[in-house]
Amino acid sequence: MNRLQGFLKQLAPHLGLVAVLLVLVAIFSTLSNNFFQMSTVISIANQVPDLTFLVVGMTLVLIIGGIDLSVGSLLAVSSAVLGVLMVNYEWSIWAALPIAVLVASIGGGVNGAISIGFGIPSFIVTLGMLEIARGATKVVTDSKAIYIGSRIEWFGQPLPGAFVSPAFMFAIATVVLGQLFLTRTVWGRYCIAIGTNAEAVRMSGIRSAPLCIAIFAISGMMCGLAGLAQTSRLSTADPNAAIGIELAAIAACVIGGTSLMGGRGNVIRSFIGVLIIQVLQTGLAQVGVSDASKQIITGVVIVVAVLIDALRTRWSRS
Amino acid sequence: MKVALSVRGLTKSYGNVTVLNDVSIDFYAGHLHALLGANGAGKSTLCKIISGLVSASAGQMSLGGGDYQPGSKQDAEASGVQIVQQELNLIETLSVAENLRLASLPNRWGVLRMSELHRSAREILDRFGLPDVDTHTIVGSLGVGKQQMVEIAAALARDARVLILDEPTAALSGSESEELFTHLTRMREQGVAIIYISHRLEEVQQLSDEVSVLRDGQLVTTEPIANINREKMVAWMSSEEEADDDSSQPAASFVSHRRDEVGLSVQGISCGMVNNVSFDVRRGERLGIAGLVGSGRTELLRAIFGADVADSGHVLLAGGEAVRFTHPSQAVEAGFAMVTEDRKQNGLLLTQPIRANTSLAALATKFSAKGWIRQTAEAESASAIHASLETRCQSLEQLVGTLSGGNQQKVAVAKWLTRGAEVYLFDEPSRGIDVAARGKLYELFEELAKQGKTIVIVSSDLEELFETCDAIAVMSAGRMVTKYERNDFSEDAILEASFAGQESQLTTALSDDKWQNEEAKP
Repeated sequence: MNRLQGFLKQLAPHLGLVAVLLVLVAIFSTLSNNFFQMSTVISIANQVPDLTFLVVGMTLVLIIGGIDLSVGSLLAVSSAVLGVLMVNYEWSIWAALPIAVLVASIGGGVNGAISIGFGIPSFIVTLGMLEIARGATKVVTDSKAIYIGSRIEWFGQPLPGAFVSPAFMFAIATVVLGQLFLTRTVWGRYCIAIGTNAEAVRMSGIRSAPLCIAIFAISGMMCGLAGLAQTSRLSTADPNAAIGIELAAIAACVIGGTSLMGGRGNVIRSFIGVLIIQVLQTGLAQVGVSDASKQIITGVVIVVAVLIDALRTRWSRS
Repeated sequence: MKVALSVRGLTKSYGNVTVLNDVSIDFYAGHLHALLGANGAGKSTLCKIISGLVSASAGQMSLGGGDYQPGSKQDAEASGVQIVQQELNLIETLSVAENLRLASLPNRWGVLRMSELHRSAREILDRFGLPDVDTHTIVGSLGVGKQQMVEIAAALARDARVLILDEPTAALSGSESEELFTHLTRMREQGVAIIYISHRLEEVQQLSDEVSVLRDGQLVTTEPIANINREKMVAWMSSEEEADDDSSQPAASFVSHRRDEVGLSVQGISCGMVNNVSFDVRRGERLGIAGLVGSGRTELLRAIFGADVADSGHVLLAGGEAVRFTHPSQAVEAGFAMVTEDRKQNGLLLTQPIRANTSLAALATKFSAKGWIRQTAEAESASAIHASLETRCQSLEQLVGTLSGGNQQKVAVAKWLTRGAEVYLFDEPSRGIDVAARGKLYELFEELAKQGKTIVIVSSDLEELFETCDAIAVMSAGRMVTKYERNDFSEDAILEASFAGQESQLTTALSDDKWQNEEAKP
């Protein structure tokens, strides 16, 4: 009994967020007869892996007090490397994938090394990387989309007998691993501590620089995996893919209660943030809302979700 | 003589702690009135009440004969009472002119009138006697001394009848101090009442018309300068003559655990203002470091711990080799622990639970299994240590920011006890904590000493050092000037030594001919 109570108590802070998600589902189910159906679930599960990978890295980066604006471009780099290696050089996916992920990880590591090493705000460094990596993508692909086809599509399509794709399962596993890293490992604890009070961490005799650089590299690695997810979904390496996705990733983290000031965040809640954004997109599309209205509503929901969370924290404190 | 400001029966209490008790002083127009006192004597509180920064619990003030009750700093400024605090209130990225006129920038429909701005700023600087400062200069590019002058000029531009200066020369060089004194002399001639806080006794003797001495929140005496000499000033600041050996004699209960072996040897550390400091502490010894605020005690500890990198010198641990740390992680590795003065700024994670704060320094060494946190061990260890320290909290998951000061300090200490160290550096360990927590802390010092640990305690509370230490070293103006063994503890001697180093700098400034000439000018 006590165990159950403890479990519920742990769950309590997440209920507000889950409630927002359920309310959205309820609204769309009333507005559209087609929404509350298995096909919608499959469609959403098919859409989310790219953003899910990105928010795992983004959550960690935000927790240490940084930000990564280059995720969309690093995703595109990874996708381009996959396309060029698999099509132009006819490599197999297993040979191309490690290279693609490595390239994106190096991009993230460079972000971290410059930002931490020289004390430059990560906002600026990753803004630079956003441009550089996008430009490099266009150089590598000659600014043309590369069609890969079935050799990569299988990764993004539902497995026979299951409703979900390997990409989705892989993304969920990454969320769980990310959350375990954050809450159960020494490094995860350090991340939260660094974001809370970096000077106190230093004065406790802990070197934080290598860890912080590694976190940026992990964010880059996540971009590499997101690149795989997106390329397999589209069957194509598109140099103009995922433009502006960094804002969706940050929005998902913030909806999930991650602080932009650092020190607070939770990978699972960020994933719920991804679901909220995706349910909104899919739902609005089904209801037949115009693109313009879709943007407005998405913006409103982001702000309202964060507002509800802020008010809830304030009430629970007083 | 015309009284500019008079205060009667001023008292300030926080809870049941009285920091200022029934103080009455008259400040005369055209006089410079020095306030003297050791750390925590109540000088700053008195000045903050006069300048509207805090309100008195009891007492009255009158300004130029009328009732004076400032509700805020703005109120006080409007009445002609200006304060220049130790920390400068200038905006470094704006120009001198913009800073001088910040409260009332000349504008038309919100558009700055630049020519008027610089013309009026020029006027203020010329009147004050700073013709060589360009009003277009960005304040951040000026030296600290010049910045202080600009701040004083800004205060005077606001129609000063009373000017309060809190240790204005602390950051100034000799020649800058001279320049300031010239200005003060001129202002005195213009009929401004100047209230002047300083730890430099020579300076006080040279400049002031009257001196008031505060001790433990009470006014000891107000005397015209003619009746005063240096020995009298020190005697008034020290509580010994009244205390009848009550507080200054070593407590009978003190037991020394000092061993023969040297636990920490500090050799010739220089770092910023810290100037070639060397001392040895033996194992089981509790060494206190006394000195005035700003004498370099915190800076010394930070240099030893590697929080700041020392310019020269090194430290030696028992059986170790000479090292100069460049990062606290090296010091911690070598067996150091440092409980910082400002626990909120650089000691604790306020928005994290007690458990996470307690285990922080020992996470990698004690609670890690291949990187995974051993959560049960972590919780049990925190639970045990807080039970023994009697930390008052709802649970170990309570956020540290919601604890009282004393309990926060216990968490800061628990962090290092959990990690375990050979040398413990405590910087103002009992600041802002209650008597019970303090007692617990003193027991802990003794317990650590008994275990043969080496302990250094920096404190501004002399009684604390008398009660807990085997020996007390005194720092003054960045140097370690002397060291007293327990049998020789004396408040008089330590105060005298604390002020001693301040003089050496000042004598050079005052003996300079230029200063004498400047004063002689009409």
